[in-house]
Amino acid sequence: MAEAQKSRAGSVMIVGGGIAGVQAALDLTELGYYVYLVEKSAAIGGVMAQLDKTFPTNDCSL
Amino acid sequence: MVEAGRSPNIEILTNADFLSLSGQAGDFAATVRIRPRYINADDCTACGLCTTYCPRHQVDEYNEGLAITRPIHIDYPQAVPATYYIDPRSCLYLQHDTCQICVPVCQSKAIDFSQQPEERLLNVGAVILSPGFGRIPDEAMTKYSYGKHPDVVTSLEFERLLNPSGPFKGEVRCLSDQRHPHRLAFIQCVGSRDLGCNNGYCSSVCCMYAIKEAMVAKEHDPETDITIYYMDIRTQGKDFDAAQKRAEDMGIKFVRARVADVMPWGDHLRLTYSTLDGGHRFEPFDMVVLSVGLDSPADARPLAAISGIELNNYDFCQTDTYAPLATSRPGVFVAGAFQGPKDIPESVTQSSGVAGIVSSLLKTERGKGFIHKTYPDEKPLGDEVRIGVFVCHCGINIGRVVDVPKVSNYAGDMENVVYYTESLYSCSQDAQEVLKEKIKEHNLNRVVIAACSPRTHEPLFQETLKDAGLNRSLFEMVNIRDQCSWVHANEPKAATDKSMDLVRMAVAKARHIQPLPEQTVPALAKGLVIGGGVAGMTAALNLAGQGYPCYLVEREADLGGYFGHLEYVKDLAEQVKKTKLIELFTSAELVQTNGFVGNYTSIVKTAEQEHSVDHGAVIIATGGREHRPDTVLGNQIVYSDAVITQKEFTSRLAGKSGKAAPDSVVMIQCAGSRGDDLQYCSKICCNNAIQNALKLKALNPKSQVVVLYRDIRAYGYNEDAYREARELGVLFVPYTMDRKPLINQKGKKIGVSFFDPILQEDLTLTPQLLVLSVGIVPGDTDALSKLLKVPVNANKFFLEAHVKLRPVELPVDGVYVCGLAHSPKPVDEIIVQAQAAAAKAAIPMVKGYVSVDPIVSNVNKDQCIGCGLCVSLCPYQAIQMFKGEDNKKKAETIVASCKACGICAAHCPTFAISMGGFTNEQIMSQIKAFGEITEEVTKE
Repeated sequence: MAEAQKSRAGSVMIVGGGIAGVQAALDLTELGYYVYLVEKSAAIGGVMAQLDKTFPTNDCSL
Repeated sequence: MVEAGRSPNIEILTNADFLSLSGQAGDFAATVRIRPRYINADDCTACGLCTTYCPRHQVDEYNEGLAITRPIHIDYPQAVPATYYIDPRSCLYLQHDTCQICVPVCQSKAIDFSQQPEERLLNVGAVILSPGFGRIPDEAMTKYSYGKHPDVVTSLEFERLLNPSGPFKGEVRCLSDQRHPHRLAFIQCVGSRDLGCNNGYCSSVCCMYAIKEAMVAKEHDPETDITIYYMDIRTQGKDFDAAQKRAEDMGIKFVRARVADVMPWGDHLRLTYSTLDGGHRFEPFDMVVLSVGLDSPADARPLAAISGIELNNYDFCQTDTYAPLATSRPGVFVAGAFQGPKDIPESVTQSSGVAGIVSSLLKTERGKGFIHKTYPDEKPLGDEVRIGVFVCHCGINIGRVVDVPKVSNYAGDMENVVYYTESLYSCSQDAQEVLKEKIKEHNLNRVVIAACSPRTHEPLFQETLKDAGLNRSLFEMVNIRDQCSWVHANEPKAATDKSMDLVRMAVAKARHIQPLPEQTVPALAKGLVIGGGVAGMTAALNLAGQGYPCYLVEREADLGGYFGHLEYVKDLAEQVKKTKLIELFTSAELVQTNGFVGNYTSIVKTAEQEHSVDHGAVIIATGGREHRPDTVLGNQIVYSDAVITQKEFTSRLAGKSGKAAPDSVVMIQCAGSRGDDLQYCSKICCNNAIQNALKLKALNPKSQVVVLYRDIRAYGYNEDAYREARELGVLFVPYTMDRKPLINQKGKKIGVSFFDPILQEDLTLTPQLLVLSVGIVPGDTDALSKLLKVPVNANKFFLEAHVKLRPVELPVDGVYVCGLAHSPKPVDEIIVQAQAAAAKAAIPMVKGYVSVDPIVSNVNKDQCIGCGLCVSLCPYQAIQMFKGEDNKKKAETIVASCKACGICAAHCPTFAISMGGFTNEQIMSQIKAFGEITEEVTKE
């Protein structure tokens, strides 16, 4: 972790850990970047984690 | 979410406030304050004991205030991070210095009231803002008795009522007296399209979610009578109209009306509404759901001030049509609902798109902060099978029902089991250390864990195995939580017996488990983009921006495509031509493609010759074209100077001649879309019509414009233009499919007759110009679909891998889609989608390889008779035929594409195909073990 903090660029901060923030974080790590995902509540997931089923697959949203 | 929680390259800072941002793109310094959880994340096992002992009640915000929780809690069991936290606003100790009951209760001593807020300085190259959306103010809902009557709920509250983890465990009940509602109403546009609360925009998602919630409610109780009161049904997304049709078929009623108010009425609610014909009616309901819109985030203004970005007039992020993800500050980007109200697939697409842009911005710094996890070398297994069995109590989740010590002791008696134990939480951090120690101490070479679901926890345990120097395939997981303690919660003996059966079967299988190699397949860092319109050019430029070359193939002689008339698109074409990393083929066609993800070879045919090109990924951006139906709403059409399409009208209005602005125009919407001819909504026609009407009014204010429509789909900020058009006197008159407009063409004279529902009369107009809003059809997708073996939907648009979570990926790995080839959409959405497709396509290029899951299929060449059945059945194009020795045809797995579904193995007539980790030998031994009921299980 320490080395990542030292590096200036090459890392990205994402403010908001809902589905948009989480997806951006996952894609950025796949593209070779280190991500800080900053979320003001106690868990990531945002509103999507509150949803029951989602259209059209009826997948659970977790 | 769990994936994000496990990534070593994502540092999740929860309970964190973003405080400041200085510096510039490529070199920002941000400060973040992390508020204490008062619980040590490393020690917390999420057992939940603290919540049961905590004496204070608190409103459960996760359940939209419909349930009660305690100050010390976790929002939901699957939360990431899976650590409880204490809400300082209601904790007795933090508020009043008393209590602290939780401290001795916690067996892992995780509670730490001495925690203080911590400030962190983060040096980052770019910032992405994705704060989501806010709540509609309560004042916008008071006229519907929200807050006054418990049975008036918001759609998000209703979502919790439908949810199995919600307040009534998934049963829909009235909050007033817990009865099941028989009559249910949805009111659309609450807090949207409403200047009363300064939300002039349309929230874009409410029609669709109301339809979904209504359908789910109907599934819960088919007898429920459901009515949706709406102004326009805005189901403009891909295949959304079809969902509305299904809802109607289920008996859900749609009523076009404005709802005046909702009032308590005895045990019920009375909903008063007015319809287009001027009638006022009322209906009784048991429950009323308010389809609340998406407001800007509550902290949008402070967030904008901290990040130094501009907001629009609705306090959402200000962006530009041609740079939808860029904020006003370079290096700071936006994704999701903060960019403008939108649904999940569009948010996900924007996130991938923004990743593509950031990846291009920071490409020189790529990989510098990246953490590559390393593992010890795998130790030799030896000849003796040494199995360790770990049975988990999962706190009381399993242990309360299943006799865990009995199961554990039972395993201990089995052949090859050299170690067995039970643990309170086998997933906790300390349990991983114990697992590693025991593997070393007892020289275990197979591990069986009887606990919860492999879906969530297998990767964690496999990671521990790798840390201990074991191949991760030497692992078998038994789900005695879902399959035993949960489903047989009231039959502890049966649950225990079944657990013993499952463990016995797992041990039988474990005896036959062999290590499987971790394979990777090299991937070529070069793309092939098919189609040179906005989508294709944007994707190619983004790939080049990220540092990866690509071929761009355009069928026509010029770049541009459907939106080629836009100045922006002309500039884009110039940029493409100047970009060295893009090799351009015009008047060219893709005629052949072979290979698989990371390793494709294609033939591109131009007028002069055939070019063979090697590439690692394919981006389909073949676009769409105007649909010009001969019959519109049952009327024969002769296109002429006086009868033109909306797109032609746009070009005419852009011209300088005065003739561009006739004195009278009738526009007909859905001319060929939404079941007239095409089965879907073409999404852009309503907004094009409104924009053209506005332009016409600007050129010729006297002009009379009448728009005949079914639903005006001016979603998002387009609603502002719709309002402006009405204010300028453009008349919008709805028609229905059982009363279609009649078009009378006699030479140059045009007559349009229609029923006006406000006047309740048939009218006839004779406009100078009739403009037909014809739809968009995809280009020739059939040929490409066959060539690349990727599916198209019933309307011939390419079908993505997962509508919500993988919106730009196709089921075949390494093939992506964007633009009109995916579905009709406006330019800004195409740009985002193209950037997303480029980001996804770049992933194997960045890595240089594709990882292969070890459980892929494997063909035994000696047993294979070359029948080819597996090739035709494989849904992922992951098996191919080749000519082996003696020129005999044999099948082989393309491991890079294989998803390990097992269809090939199940169908192979000679049992020549086996699946890694699920060999016939392993499965048979499990089945045999199931039949070997021992005395231990049967006695009692």
